Amino acid sequence: MPADPDTAQAQDPPTTEPSGAVIRPAATLAALRRLAPYVRPHRRALLGSGAAALAATLAALVIPLVTRRIVDGPIARGDLSPLPWLVGGVLALGLAEAVLLLVRRRIVARPTTRIEADMRADLYSHLQRLPIAFHDGWPSGQLLSRAVQDLSTIRRFLAFAGVFLVVNTITALVGIAILGALSWLLGVAVLVVAVPLVALTLRLVRRYAVVARLAQDQDGDLATVVEESALGVRVLRALGRGRQITERFVAGARGLRRTELRKVRLQAALWCVLVLLPEAAIAIILAISAWGVATGALTVGTLVAAVTIMTYLYWPIASLGWLLTEAGNAAAATRRYWEVRDVAPAIVDPPDPVDLGPVRGRVEFRAVRFRHEGAEADVLRGVDLVVEPGETMALVGATGAGKTVLTSLVGRLADVTGGAVLLDGVDVRRLRLADLRTAVATAFEDPVLISASVRENVALGLPDASDADVWEALRVAGAAGFVEALPWGLATRIGEQGLSLSGGQRQRLALARAVLGRPPVLVLDDPLSALDVHTEAEVEAALRSVLGGVTALVVAHRPSTVQLADRVALLEDGRVTAVGTHRELLARNATYRDLLSSPDAERVGAA
Amino acid sequence: MSAGTTDVDLDWRGVGDDSEEVTRAAGLRLARSARRLVADLLRPRRPAVALALLILVVENAVMLTGPLLVALAVDTGVPAALDGRPAPLAWSVAGYAACGLASSGLRAAFLLLSGRIGQDVLLELRRRVFRQAQRLALEWHESYTSGRLISRLTSDLESIDDLLQQGLDGLLGALLSLAGITVLLLLIDPVLAGVVLAGFAPLALLTRWFQRRSRASYRLTRTWVARVIVQFVESMNGMRAVQAYRREARNESIMEQLNHRYRDANADALLTLSWFVACVRAVGNLTLALVLLLGALRVTSGALELGALTAFLLYLRRFYDPLDQLAQFMNAYQSAAAALEKLASVLETPIGVPEPAHPRALPVPVRGALAFDRVTFAYPRAPERVVLPEFSLTVPAGQTVALVGETGAGKTTLAKLAARFHDPVSGAVLLDGVDLRDLADADLRRALVMVTQEPFLFSGSLADNVAMGRPGASRAEIAAAVEAVGAGFAHDLPEGLDTDVRKRGGRLSAGQRQLVSLARVVLADPAVVLLDEATSSLDIPSERAVQAALETVLADRTALIIAHRLSTVAIADRVLVMGGGRIVQDGTPGELLASGGDFADLHAAWQDSLR
Repeated sequence: MPADPDTAQAQDPPTTEPSGAVIRPAATLAALRRLAPYVRPHRRALLGSGAAALAATLAALVIPLVTRRIVDGPIARGDLSPLPWLVGGVLALGLAEAVLLLVRRRIVARPTTRIEADMRADLYSHLQRLPIAFHDGWPSGQLLSRAVQDLSTIRRFLAFAGVFLVVNTITALVGIAILGALSWLLGVAVLVVAVPLVALTLRLVRRYAVVARLAQDQDGDLATVVEESALGVRVLRALGRGRQITERFVAGARGLRRTELRKVRLQAALWCVLVLLPEAAIAIILAISAWGVATGALTVGTLVAAVTIMTYLYWPIASLGWLLTEAGNAAAATRRYWEVRDVAPAIVDPPDPVDLGPVRGRVEFRAVRFRHEGAEADVLRGVDLVVEPGETMALVGATGAGKTVLTSLVGRLADVTGGAVLLDGVDVRRLRLADLRTAVATAFEDPVLISASVRENVALGLPDASDADVWEALRVAGAAGFVEALPWGLATRIGEQGLSLSGGQRQRLALARAVLGRPPVLVLDDPLSALDVHTEAEVEAALRSVLGGVTALVVAHRPSTVQLADRVALLEDGRVTAVGTHRELLARNATYRDLLSSPDAERVGAA
Repeated sequence: MSAGTTDVDLDWRGVGDDSEEVTRAAGLRLARSARRLVADLLRPRRPAVALALLILVVENAVMLTGPLLVALAVDTGVPAALDGRPAPLAWSVAGYAACGLASSGLRAAFLLLSGRIGQDVLLELRRRVFRQAQRLALEWHESYTSGRLISRLTSDLESIDDLLQQGLDGLLGALLSLAGITVLLLLIDPVLAGVVLAGFAPLALLTRWFQRRSRASYRLTRTWVARVIVQFVESMNGMRAVQAYRREARNESIMEQLNHRYRDANADALLTLSWFVACVRAVGNLTLALVLLLGALRVTSGALELGALTAFLLYLRRFYDPLDQLAQFMNAYQSAAAALEKLASVLETPIGVPEPAHPRALPVPVRGALAFDRVTFAYPRAPERVVLPEFSLTVPAGQTVALVGETGAGKTTLAKLAARFHDPVSGAVLLDGVDLRDLADADLRRALVMVTQEPFLFSGSLADNVAMGRPGASRAEIAAAVEAVGAGFAHDLPEGLDTDVRKRGGRLSAGQRQLVSLARVVLADPAVVLLDEATSSLDIPSERAVQAALETVLADRTALIIAHRLSTVAIADRVLVMGGGRIVQDGTPGELLASGGDFADLHAAWQDSLR
């Protein structure tokens, strides 16, 4: 069964419009729960860190108790003999606290950075499996901001806020319980103050989650502008549009600032509420217990203890607002991360793949239809074409006729939306992707270089290729000459971070890529467009020898490229309307003549 | 510490120029410029910063008053209430409640204010770095590379955002309470306070150690995150090749290396922080024990009151609490400082092709006469390789010149000099007699537009992309420009001109993208047009249409056209054959063909290729 091409198409990229939907705290929790697969292997470290944090807090809490014993004992009675022991106790507790703090931070340092790195690696490899259609549709900055910013938000949450959210909540609850034990009246009073404030807190946190999401999306949009401004700097410079793009960027940055200020306002409100909570509790405790003392219902000791407890609870409670906002940020980041991870790769290995034996190289298009996602009409409307083993077929058609789409179907960079492409009689969707793409090499119109050595650029997916193989491929592509002249030969870094090459040189490297490893089927999309006349003749000669033994589909705009082919197919209105040799088609097909004859040549001569 | 460029497992990167290492002297200079940048950003916001500080002082005072009111309630209020006078108790409780309200309000006010300051600073910084990047010479972009620029403008700014969001509060608050409590401690008992202050010596040493260690780690995190970003961006942009050549596995192993180094640098920084925090706490608790011991002796010997010792101990605890916050701040600061250094160095880079202080005006209307007056040029990266030696050329207004010659002959360099992507090493390029260096950038770009080899499309609709030629152009003008270059494909797109071209124009073919670039020029309507291989991917009918269009469009303009396909020559008034940075042949196409030589050979080869 061929994979159903209609399933699991790329999900729409997010818009930055606020969804309007209120995100519930339960949803925050649900989002964070999706971190589980990454957190689980490190749960012991994270729990250990939490335990160490609690223990450190306890050690710090015990110190005042020992201090009190010193004050009440040796100092009050003037008997200094137990003093060394007690001071030793304080010292031990103090050191224990320091060691626990060290432990708390040390045991999470590696696990949390590892979680971040693992999530990034998985996102990266997932993205590499998503089809080109997905990549064309998603703004690159949105992907980048997920891979970098969102993941560091998650890391920071796990390392700090997450731990303290739990520890502080426990501390606050325990503190209030102790208070209740001390005097039920005080416990009830604190709860009465707490309920409305906690309700208010939850409301604010919910609103914060929506704004946090918006901020992250805007950040991604800003990253998209940044990326385009950096990659398209030549065009911007040539047209003098630096100011316009700067204005666009600043407008985006202002939008982000507005959202960040909304976050600030919500954070301020949260702090306001959560500072008020312990302060109000202390005031009420003070009032009730003082009244209790005055009426004889409570002792002064209880009063002091209650106030002390609430003072200790001040920071754990007040910090909850900030910790909750961090949780909101992390939840939004997690959701953004999974939005991309949840997109199922549309082009995958079939469940029951057919083994591709020795490849003869017969490529057949059978009633192939293709429609861009979201488009209303097919680009290809029933293409029938057979390229026999060892044959070189040129593909000719007007700009926008769908030639490039057709070439991407053979190596399954896109899947047909109707009909089938067959390799040696087998639907390409029934083959393993690795097998198929080993058999079929595709060279594109835009030769993309990576910032790496020449060797790496040519070998791309075959890092084990020998230098001799690489040189051979370079020779075939007519690139050996200029590569030899590079300062470090094959090891010279090229691409953006290295030496820059001309369009023709880049195109020859792309060609070398395609012929490396001698794949039985070559798909070349206008492989010679950027070459000058001399180089073109040179590369043609070399190509001719390569194309001798393999099946090739070559998109051609020029008579010289067509000359390489045994036969030519004319693509018109989404169908192949004529197949034949160059001479035949020139003789009998008017469209073809129009596409491939160049009267300008005579005009120059006449000038 | 080395950024790791010598590692064996990174040899896939190949050999190239990596000048990211930071020497000690350079490190100090970097830190200095980072500090200068901060001061510069905060200067216009001084009143707001002062107000924020004032709020913080009041907030701290209010918070220190709270315990006093509790003491008042217990010591005075309760006995009075027992005596039947509830007023003092009521007043102190009411006072405490008021303090609580005030501190909650002040906290919010401070956060609002400091949040605004932080966001303003961030916006200003973003704007400055982006604007600077748009001004810096292409030469800079080529060596700095887009990936690093992207990481400057995203991840580096992010870490400054972190500092502003969480750090400032910690720093100011901690410093204030430290100062306040130090005074209180000195007032209570100078001898014990002396012990506390003696603890400052190890703290200062610790802080120095931490600063140095973590700065190195954080610099490494910046370097490695930039490499992660480069790898990510390049993979995403080259996804077609990645999938077609099964590079996924190789990419994953490369990403793993980079990702792991970034992770280790991050973990290193966190581990350094863990020692710092723990040691600060240990010093604090040690001081506490010492104070207890000494205090107990002093109280028993009668030198100190018991109550005073109790108060001292309480304040001591509060004294060390903000030190943790301070450590947290130090950490955020170190991370942000490493980022600030990178940003500061971008901001301090001299603009290679600066705008003149007193620009000269072009004649109105611009005629478009282009002249190279004894221009010598070599790329700054390879100053010993002279690309153009003493090059002189005059192109009269309205002439269409075709530049022909082999790769490396200097054609593109010539066009780039005319477009002022670079400035000549010596000599001058003149437009209507005015040195390009004396022209305001806006004037130059209005008069002269270059179409580069790669047609780059921005996200947005087809119309948006054409409108890059002249922002504010009407819909009809855009449609006319598209018509003029024969980009009929626009009609076939589902939403016509409003069709989203998708990322980098992925919806269009290379030829269609070149047509969009040409439509931009038509819309821009400049006096001088420079075309560098602008029609290489067009099929013959499109090229024919473009040639016909160019013939009309270029009729009254000056044009410099570089093309491997000699069909362009058909519309040229003049052909220049270049070789080794010099003009080898110069004449009308007819003359050159008749006279034999390089051009005639080239033409014959080209004619061959058409058969």
